[in-house]
Amino acid sequence: MSAELQELADRIVAQARSGEQVEAFVSRDTETDIRVYEGEVEHFVSAQSEGIGIRVIRDGRTGFAYAGTLDPSAIAEVLAEARDNVEFGTRDEWAGLAEPDGVDVVPQELWSERLAAYSTADKIALTKELERLTLAADSRVRIDDANYADVMAENAVASTAGIRRSGRENGCYVSVSTMADDGDETQTGFGFSVGRSPDEFDLSKAAREAADRATRLLGATKPQSKRTTVVFDPYVTAMLLGVVSTTLNGEAVAKGRSLFKDRVGDQVAHPSFTLVDDPTNSLAYTATDLDGEGLAARRNELILDGVLQGFVHNSYSARRVGAKSTGNAVRGGFKGTPGVGCLALQLKPGTRDQAAIVADVEDGVLIQTVQGLHSGVNPISGDFSVGASGLVISNGTVGAPIREFTIASTLQRMLLDVAEVGGDVDWLPMRAAGVSLVIRDVTLSGA
Amino acid sequence: MPWARAWANLRLGSIRHVIDSDVLERVLGVAVRTGAEFAEVYAEDKRSTSAGLDDGRVEQVTSGRDRGAGIRVVKGDTTGFAHTADLSEAGLVAAAEAAAAAASQGGGVTRTIALTRGPERTVSPVAQYPDDVRKADKVALLLRMDDAARSAGGSIVQVSAGYGDSHKRMLVANTDGVFVTDEQVRTLVRISVVADGDAGMQTGYQSCGHTIGFELFDNVDIEALARDAARQALTKLVARPAPSGALPVVIKQGSGGVLFHEACGHGLEADLVAKGGSVYKGKKGELVASPLVTLVDDGTMSGEWGAIAYDDEGHASQYNVLIQDGVLTDYMWDYLRARKEGRPQSGNGRRQSYQHLPMVRMTNTYVLNGTEEPDDIVRATEYGVYVAKLGGGSVNTASGDFVFGMTEAYLIENGQITEPLREGNLIGNGPEVLRDIDLLGNDFAMGNPGTCGKDGQGVPVGDGQPTLRVKSLTIGGTAA
Repeated sequence: MSAELQELADRIVAQARSGEQVEAFVSRDTETDIRVYEGEVEHFVSAQSEGIGIRVIRDGRTGFAYAGTLDPSAIAEVLAEARDNVEFGTRDEWAGLAEPDGVDVVPQELWSERLAAYSTADKIALTKELERLTLAADSRVRIDDANYADVMAENAVASTAGIRRSGRENGCYVSVSTMADDGDETQTGFGFSVGRSPDEFDLSKAAREAADRATRLLGATKPQSKRTTVVFDPYVTAMLLGVVSTTLNGEAVAKGRSLFKDRVGDQVAHPSFTLVDDPTNSLAYTATDLDGEGLAARRNELILDGVLQGFVHNSYSARRVGAKSTGNAVRGGFKGTPGVGCLALQLKPGTRDQAAIVADVEDGVLIQTVQGLHSGVNPISGDFSVGASGLVISNGTVGAPIREFTIASTLQRMLLDVAEVGGDVDWLPMRAAGVSLVIRDVTLSGA
Repeated sequence: MPWARAWANLRLGSIRHVIDSDVLERVLGVAVRTGAEFAEVYAEDKRSTSAGLDDGRVEQVTSGRDRGAGIRVVKGDTTGFAHTADLSEAGLVAAAEAAAAAASQGGGVTRTIALTRGPERTVSPVAQYPDDVRKADKVALLLRMDDAARSAGGSIVQVSAGYGDSHKRMLVANTDGVFVTDEQVRTLVRISVVADGDAGMQTGYQSCGHTIGFELFDNVDIEALARDAARQALTKLVARPAPSGALPVVIKQGSGGVLFHEACGHGLEADLVAKGGSVYKGKKGELVASPLVTLVDDGTMSGEWGAIAYDDEGHASQYNVLIQDGVLTDYMWDYLRARKEGRPQSGNGRRQSYQHLPMVRMTNTYVLNGTEEPDDIVRATEYGVYVAKLGGGSVNTASGDFVFGMTEAYLIENGQITEPLREGNLIGNGPEVLRDIDLLGNDFAMGNPGTCGKDGQGVPVGDGQPTLRVKSLTIGGTAA
């Protein structure tokens, strides 16, 4: 199947005129999406989408066009539009496509025949089973919905610079959204399980977490404002790392938008903080063999013992700062050109589990959810303020639930105020792995 | 064949696929062959152009084309959905069969479908279609914005600007006989500015978008927009940390609609209410807000970012009063929820594209004017925060807890706006905040164009409000 897409990409690149660089990216996705409510299928979506994006560069000017179809006449139109769009770009001496760099691809198992052969009836059955298990976990719990989704994606990229790669990948997940009631009060929770195939799901764990998340906040109060120590649950840490990664983006650095732009070699974080981006680690759900420009994905050390080592780049941002691509081109599909981003971040784990960590906290909060990462965090200035909920920690013991408060600091200070990284690594379906993380001296705003 | 004519009238260049009404009737017939009660075809053809400037260069002009149809089949409580980029009769029939199979395993029935073409309806007239404007003229806007922002001061170190337009034709036909077509045009510019000072970098942002064509720029001063983004960044270079804790908050006209979008808008969506996922469930007829508050969701507001002639289920957009003088009057409805309750739809069934199922969504959501002079509201506040610009927000509709970011804010001391504050989130509980609105201005204005996300789908929305005060909101700053 991917061979057909590769041929299509090759045919477009073969049409390049002299003086023209051309890149074609072709993709096709098949998705299934099942939602169950009260034991019945609420919706069942079965969908196939395909499309093409073509980039043309001439005399340092770039043009791009896409279409959500692989219809031959539409493709001809896309190439013509991309060529036309070249006229309106500004000449940029660094513009250009990725060149093959000789770095070997680390093969990954991205395709599961078991998932490809999994029957629709079985997918529906396990979604119903997840709903049943969640309801059975706690009598105070109601279900918002239980979901199953899978996607099978294949794509191919080809360019006049000599890139020629194709691949396919599939994966699936189940999730359940819950509500728990106590009188007038309602709290919500969620649970999920991810796998290359449904055999890897742990439905019981997803059900238990969904019930726990909703019930543990019942009776939560609004805390008084104070400075305190926070312990982030692994899921919250993964979200924080996502924000930190935008400051390590080579394009932001090249354009002067990173608060770490001149800080390579500096102590930017606590010595316990070592951060790598390693998409070659097959434990990561976002593990991959190729980046968005078709170069080999690779391991990059970003912060070592708190000292900033460098940034992640695609071929364009690398050229701008006189570096080489780190294999971090990220493509959001056929509708855009590759940007820069981390692929699979991981903090080097410490040695203790969350219970042991909490036992040493005299006064603090175990943060279980955060809200508003997109609205109250500015990765350029570093201002950090998010809504949160969690559990009070006093004298090493986890106690009453609290909600409707914010925690605030700056990204720069939070990294230096890290007190401990936990040993409880949780691989999540995000671009960062989770682990418990202790940060001192954060401002909690409440009543 | 009205659809054929409508399709041919498209100003989209070459349209090869035409869907006749008799084809639609046959496709819908296939969709309900397995005994479904309802089937629907939603087709769209969208062309878009975007251009981005960053670091002083026009990096790229992008042309996009999205075209396809989504077919929905409802049988009992189950909805089956399939979509295709192939608008030929064979492609549509294949999608209809897939959607029907998804909705049911049942036996065979034959139903004849007769479509009646709905009236042409225009909410936002377009004077100059973006397809007719030279790309060079679109790019020139970005260069002008870049110049204006950079000339605002030597501390401006980076500017990025974006232009985007889209022209979408859509068609909805269903087994109830509904058959409408609509044309949606959107034009938008945005600019982000970075300033650098002794205390680090700060950012400013402005945008302007309407459901009209390129004539937008006859009336909007894009240089002033760019200068305003630069001013925000420069102002914040000397900002002090925001306070921490609960304080009175005054929100400037046109900047705080997102407060209502999050604090109660989502909670008034009938799909969330039906599953008991809203704090506003069962509150119809009750006082849920300060008696000063009248809240409206209005898809008919011409030119605004959430304006539509028809919703994505073929129902004409409406002016819906949700809260009247503090009393909850109604929720917002789509086809499925309205059918279940045996009541009319409200024109709020929307979807991101033909690849998505429709659900209950807001359009333009706003609070009507009160009577106070805005200056008096500030003067009446001894100590608090004045928010001149809000960023995004999010809400947990079941608990009512929401956050939203303040991207430009000042301290109020002794009834005067004084020092600028650094960014942070505000946090509150929807029902409590609605009750805590104690002053409402007479200076209504709409805000910036927004994209509302729900269940993984983004749709364009508008919001607006006059200057108002909330007695107490928790400010997520770091200053004691």
